[in-house]
Amino acid sequence: MAKGILGKKLGMTQIFNADGLLIPVTVIEAGPCTVVQKKTLENDKYLAVQLGFGERRERLFNKPEAGHFAKAQVKPRRYLREIRFQANDDFANLNVGDSVDVSIFSEGEKVDVTSTSKGKGFQGSIKRHNQSRGRMSHGSKYHRRVGSLGSVGPARVFKGRKLPGRMGGDRVTIQNLEVVKVDPDRNLLLVKGSVPGVKGSLVIIRDAVKA
Amino acid sequence: MNQIRTIEQEQLRTDRPEFGPGDTVRVHAKVVEGTNERIQVFEGVVIKRTGGGINENFTVRKVSQGVGVERTFPVHSPRIEKIEVVRYGQVRRARLYYLRERSGRAARIKELRR
Repeated sequence: MAKGILGKKLGMTQIFNADGLLIPVTVIEAGPCTVVQKKTLENDKYLAVQLGFGERRERLFNKPEAGHFAKAQVKPRRYLREIRFQANDDFANLNVGDSVDVSIFSEGEKVDVTSTSKGKGFQGSIKRHNQSRGRMSHGSKYHRRVGSLGSVGPARVFKGRKLPGRMGGDRVTIQNLEVVKVDPDRNLLLVKGSVPGVKGSLVIIRDAVKA
Repeated sequence: MNQIRTIEQEQLRTDRPEFGPGDTVRVHAKVVEGTNERIQVFEGVVIKRTGGGINENFTVRKVSQGVGVERTFPVHSPRIEKIEVVRYGQVRRARLYYLRERSGRAARIKELRR
């Protein structure tokens, strides 16, 4: 059962669950999304729906973009992302122009949430790769530097060596987050725990692969 | 931001009395024992209130059989049936941690006359 929706991360708060315990939640404003295009086996060799989400001033769309929306006869949307599905899923019944809202999810369900993580800039290997620090005292001159770069034999450093560099800003998926609450009136989805990205960033919510 | 505030607002309890550090309160908390639930009363002095909105907590201290016991509750928790204020105390600070080092007559708090 594959399904998904696009949303905007609003921030985090806490909520009392049925047992009266406070649990941390991320509030996501999800949907309503419009189906802008449908990928078919005949044309594209795979199955997916292209969902549109978010507002943007009409004149900011360039001609190819505007034409894409005009072909589907839907209002131009800011973001376009594809959600893949299998032939026997509910999503197969969607047609271009249909809308998808949060009611596709129910409370207690597990979801995977994908987004772009917060950029951390240029970081050392301790923060970036969880390496360990040398001792700070007792005559040590080795504090927060990189560990070994490998053996001397090859006379070079192999690709993929963990070194300082740009951290964050990657596409990150958090799996198996529990849906705590669904509010179709306000288009809100409350998911237990944290979600990658800054407030206001685009998030893709799909049902969990490993549920 | 606004929508987060609305979610929090919906869960706040309006039936909580006004109380602060130095006040003596009786907290009627629900406790689960095995399968059945009952109400347990915890009475003591409020030594602090922290946080705001849904994340507001308060800590109650009492001396039980010679041992100091402190319990922290969320103010708006549905597991708290009710909070009764027994006595209003007059104190000069917001965090009454000094009570931990005192016992008996030295740990008394003057009653607030209003």
